Amino acid sequence: MRIENHPVLDFKRGKQISFIFNGKAIDAFEGETIQAALHAAGVRVLGHSLTLHRPRGFYCAIGNCSSCMMVVDGVPNVRTCVTPVREGMVVELQEGKGIIE
Amino acid sequence: MITCELLVIGAGPAGLCSAITAAKSGASVVVLERSPDIGGQLIKQTHMFFGSKEQHASTRGVDIAEILREEIARYDIKLMLDTTALGIYEDGMVTALYKEEEYMKFKPGAIIVATGACERFLAFPNNDLPGVCGAGAVQTLMNVYGIMPAKDVVMLGAGNIGLIVSYQLMQAGVNVKCILDAAPKIGGYLVHASKVARMGVPIKTSHTVKRAIGEDHLTAVEIVALDDKFNQIPGTEEIIPADTLCVSVGLTPLCELLAMAGCKLSYIPQLGGMVPLKTGEYETSVPNIFVAGDTSGVEEASAAMVEGHIAGLCAAKRLGHIPEDFDAQYSSLNRQLMALRSGPAGEHIRQGLASACLNKEA
Ligand SMILES: Cc1cc2nc3c(=O)[nH]c(=O)nc-3n(C[C@H](O)[C@H](O)[C@H](O)COP(=O)(O)OP(=O)(O)OC[C@H]3O[C@@H](n4cnc5c(N)ncnc54)[C@H](O)[C@@H]3O)c2cc1C
Ligand code: FES
Repeated sequence: MRIENHPVLDFKRGKQISFIFNGKAIDAFEGETIQAALHAAGVRVLGHSLTLHRPRGFYCAIGNCSSCMMVVDGVPNVRTCVTPVREGMVVELQEGKGIIE
Repeated sequence: MITCELLVIGAGPAGLCSAITAAKSGASVVVLERSPDIGGQLIKQTHMFFGSKEQHASTRGVDIAEILREEIARYDIKLMLDTTALGIYEDGMVTALYKEEEYMKFKPGAIIVATGACERFLAFPNNDLPGVCGAGAVQTLMNVYGIMPAKDVVMLGAGNIGLIVSYQLMQAGVNVKCILDAAPKIGGYLVHASKVARMGVPIKTSHTVKRAIGEDHLTAVEIVALDDKFNQIPGTEEIIPADTLCVSVGLTPLCELLAMAGCKLSYIPQLGGMVPLKTGEYETSVPNIFVAGDTSGVEEASAAMVEGHIAGLCAAKRLGHIPEDFDAQYSSLNRQLMALRSGPAGEHIRQGLASACLNKEA
């Protein structure tokens, strides 16, 4: 969900675009990060821990903690909280440490 | 390789002010900022700042960032956004990464590290569940991107950040269930505490989180009362349904770059953890590496700005740019800092800074 009316802030959103998350189309606005757009779409689980496979969500949202790493356009370990969304981008949940091709 | 006179790392209030003052003195400055925009913590702050007039008190944090943006544009300052400083090496070389793609090398005459601080974490069962996150993270979502961060929040920590973020959450339409603090007294300013209390949010002192509850995502928080020795009191547990638990238990300086450069660090709890030792000119134990702002001790934006001006003034002096009124500027800035840190609220900062003082001759 996005905030429409705010008593102090006025949000200038970019162009509406769409990207793919685990095969599903998700609406987003240019200028948002992948994690922010996924959060607005109600996605909370961004990955699983390596050994115990516990669910992982965002923690810091500023690129400090690595809790939000996903596969973006085939590249693993992308911190989605600091990576902007782009039209047509393909985002997937990452299993394991990720393989660089 | 890019050679430059002064390299500033971090474009929060401290880094921006240091760049402005150094450039005013005649130095040419390059500023590296890992985010897509300048302002650091300021861009998330929608409330009127405390502090004094010289540091734009009573102005909203977001607006202070705009004032600094206009000032930056007037001087010989090259801003490099989306650029993360990765390391400072023995030979004074700095490496950086632009947009996760392009590596860069800098050879500056002097460096000011103003990387700010990051949020602390707390140990409790299930603290890794999605839905448990930093107070700064929900601020980024709601105040920078305009996204509803949560429905029902439990806030852990009744310091200024916990109180202010609770208020901002309510402004965005989020339900704040309660604010917990392990200490028997509210840590933040009374004005902020009464603002949220008036809106009906209970502030539970001597309380903490016993565990987070949920399968894939947080659904509830179990809280518990603490006795005067911070032991949990059995039988006082309470389960509060919530989709988000915001952890706001203080900040700790981001000084990895300084550690790598070999600057002497020391653990000073009053300043938030490991901090660099520094001289009265804000120079670390490594010559030509200066510091300013939360990196050298977690404090406030007002102090971060004044420290930035001092570090900028002194780094420019080291590079041979000494304004005629150097002494007057230097003592005026120090007087401002003294005023900001006066009184009982500044007590712990004064104590901490006394232990962080580096005497070069010794
Ligand atoms: C909720 C909240 C409310 C607050 N309210 C007030 C208030 O009312 N009054 C007040 O005076 N203060 C307030 N503060 C405190 C104030 O915001 C901070 O003390 C101040 O922003 C510190 O400034 P800084 O420049 O040291 O660090 P920051 O603002 O944290 O800036 C550091 C910058 O460095 C960048 N950076 C970090 N590492 C790197 C790297 N390796 N390479 C490149 N760039 C990097 C970061 O992206 C960031 O932009 C508040 C803080 C919070 C969280
Ligand atoms: S949430 Fe911490 S790095 Fe993305």
